[in-house]
Amino acid sequence: MSSNSHAHDSSTYYVPHSSPWPIVGSIALFCVMWGAVTFLNDWGSAWSFLPGALLLLVLFFGWFATVINENQAGLFNAQVDKSFRMGMMWFIISEVMFFAAFFGALFYARELSVPWIGGEGVKVFNKLLLWQDFAPTWPTNGPDRLGGHADGSFETIAAFSLPAINTALLLTSGVTITIAHHALRAGHRTQLSIFLAATWILGFIFVYLQGTEYHEAYTELGLKLSTGIYGSTFFMLTGFHGLHVTIGAIMLTVIWLRCLRGHFTAKNHFAFEAVAWYWHFVDVVWLILFVFVYWI
Amino acid sequence: MANSHTAHDAHDDHHGAPQGFMQRWVLTTNHKDIGTLYLVFAGIMFFLGGAMAMVIRAELFQPGLQFVDPQFFNSMTTMHALVMIFGGMMPAWVGLANWMIPLQIGAADMALPRMNNFSFWLMPFAFILLLSTFFTGGGAPAGGWTLYPPLVLQGGDSFPMAMFAVHMMGASSIMGAINVIVTLMNMRAPGMTLLRMPLFCWTWLITAYLLILVMPVLAGAVTMLITDHFFGTSFFSAAGGGDPVMYQHIFWFFGHPEVYILILPAFGVVSEILPTFSRKPLFGYESMVYATASIGFLSFIVWAHHMFTVGMPLAGQLFFMLTTMLIAVPTGVKVFNWSATMWKGSLTFEPPMLFAISFLFLFTIGGFSGLMLAIAPADFQYHDTYFVVAHFHYVLVPGSLFAIIGGVYYWLPKWSGHMYNMTLAKWHFWLSAIFVNVLFFPQHFLGLAGMPRRIPDYATQFADWNAVSSIGAFGFGLAQLIFPYLIWSCVRGGEKATAHVWEGSHGLEWEVPSPAPYHSWSEAPAIELIERGAAH
Repeated sequence: MSSNSHAHDSSTYYVPHSSPWPIVGSIALFCVMWGAVTFLNDWGSAWSFLPGALLLLVLFFGWFATVINENQAGLFNAQVDKSFRMGMMWFIISEVMFFAAFFGALFYARELSVPWIGGEGVKVFNKLLLWQDFAPTWPTNGPDRLGGHADGSFETIAAFSLPAINTALLLTSGVTITIAHHALRAGHRTQLSIFLAATWILGFIFVYLQGTEYHEAYTELGLKLSTGIYGSTFFMLTGFHGLHVTIGAIMLTVIWLRCLRGHFTAKNHFAFEAVAWYWHFVDVVWLILFVFVYWI
Repeated sequence: MANSHTAHDAHDDHHGAPQGFMQRWVLTTNHKDIGTLYLVFAGIMFFLGGAMAMVIRAELFQPGLQFVDPQFFNSMTTMHALVMIFGGMMPAWVGLANWMIPLQIGAADMALPRMNNFSFWLMPFAFILLLSTFFTGGGAPAGGWTLYPPLVLQGGDSFPMAMFAVHMMGASSIMGAINVIVTLMNMRAPGMTLLRMPLFCWTWLITAYLLILVMPVLAGAVTMLITDHFFGTSFFSAAGGGDPVMYQHIFWFFGHPEVYILILPAFGVVSEILPTFSRKPLFGYESMVYATASIGFLSFIVWAHHMFTVGMPLAGQLFFMLTTMLIAVPTGVKVFNWSATMWKGSLTFEPPMLFAISFLFLFTIGGFSGLMLAIAPADFQYHDTYFVVAHFHYVLVPGSLFAIIGGVYYWLPKWSGHMYNMTLAKWHFWLSAIFVNVLFFPQHFLGLAGMPRRIPDYATQFADWNAVSSIGAFGFGLAQLIFPYLIWSCVRGGEKATAHVWEGSHGLEWEVPSPAPYHSWSEAPAIELIERGAAH
């Protein structure tokens, strides 16, 4: 907490006077990006990610600790709280649009590019001249049958196997976090801890099961990131979703630890609600994903 | 005004700017300092991008290859666009938003001050990444700023650097936009209702919505490029069932709202300047707000007019042609409102007013050529010619850039506390306004005659107008050197500015002293001030 906050009382909007975290964060992100460039351009090994990753850890611990301490010190009034809430809401909307780009790619491929490659409508010359043998069905890895087994074939994961179990896990976790929220508002701290723990445990089980599904896809089904447009959309959508579940589960673990330390009150628990919103967001993305990637 | 400020100064939480370079400029959370940082950064980028434009126009001064090889020429066009759009225009607007929005709505600062500084500091690092591509083996990106596959995927070591630079700029823009929305929605002084906000705030609010909705889509597109290049995905490869045209759809879903992100705040600035120097309230304030919102909405359903020639179903071409023409309606509302604002006003022609009036005329020329380009069958002829170059430079240079310059001339006395040299500023205006037309108007003729864009050499029939255009470019470029000199000398000293600065100025930013104190509106302004300053 900065030394100049002594004069602050919560009747006015809290404006921090100076902070090292923005510049630390910018340098951290630059190092992450530079590490990625170094790795992808074969200028160096995967170790090039290390400085950025370490700095990012420093950033997260430092920045969040600062804000948590300010909150515990009572510097935030209701208006500050509202700013945080609106900020989180718009952040989630930006995340929705990030996923929208990949869903857009999926719908475009299924409804337009694959039929066109197969010679639909005015694109008939694709069929006549370029790819006579290509049948435009879904799933597909394209006329060149990229990736897949040695013969170019591949299998997909049935919706009502592991993915259905994962759906049940995520939906259950949506219920448990809601119960935890009600417990927090009612002041039932034990119930809060138990149901919050259940939520993050369900989250990590989901990630583990996704891992086994990926393993099966790669080793047995011939379904890889390089398996044409199906593999591309499948792994990018489920992969980015899995990444968000992992981040969400880590966030849940953090607020669970904070609950154990006695943070949050029935009226003041923005961080809890922000994580809950985020968790519902990954839940909803999964439902859309389950329907359009796995099911139909 | 004076009363409310003596009250502030007594408050022990309020002190002047911190001492020391690090404290003041690196660790800052102050919206005015961050605004200054953004504007200085944008200024540097404008001159860097401008230098690249000078290389382009020098090479095109006469047919044949004179100064640079074609690969470097292509890097110049690509980097000129990336630097001007992401390094010049966007940070300049965010800088103006930072400075003016809290002042205009009576807020103590931006809503999320630390994130505000994070948004800024990402930008220099993003541009270190982008500009260092010049020193890689294959040179800087040369496939055009639109980063179309498959061409962009053939880039060398510069490819991932440009991609990750775009990611960092996107993160910066999203955080900046979130800050603007939260500030406007949560930090307005009591009594500052939405429909009392100055139009600069309104246009920035719509802009921020656009940013949040499209920057992540660009991030998605860029991510797909990275995985197509390095990890074997087939998003943009027909061999695997994807489609390079799909990239264009995703890119322009970002790209069209993006061009409105560059122009909407300009509408706001012009809507501030014209009433001040016409000494009349803005004509049709509410219709301006609704027109801005309509333009924002329409920007999401016109994107494929950038790709009429790539092969699209007829229904798609018709849809995008008609929706594009629809944009002329709300834009027309704005142009007529601005004209009506000046109608029978007591006009004076200080530098901001000169830039605003020339914006009105020259932006409208860009709008008309846009209407021509919207006609799908006509676009088959215009596509990828210098006509397109002329069109978007008319809306961006005498459009957005003139509005930025006008805005700086309008608010500079408020920032620095000094008046600037009006005569020199008028020289800046007249040289800019004349040379910008010498520069870009002939490009219409070149384009209609069939000269393609992004080429270092051309058929001799295009020689004359290219020479004229290059002369205009050098004149315009030299004239801009007046601007930093003028700002510098205004910051250093000059005649003291009054709080209101201009005779006809209205609004809360004119109720604080000049220069604006380091902390302003720590206590909300009185309701009478808000009512007196309301735009209508």
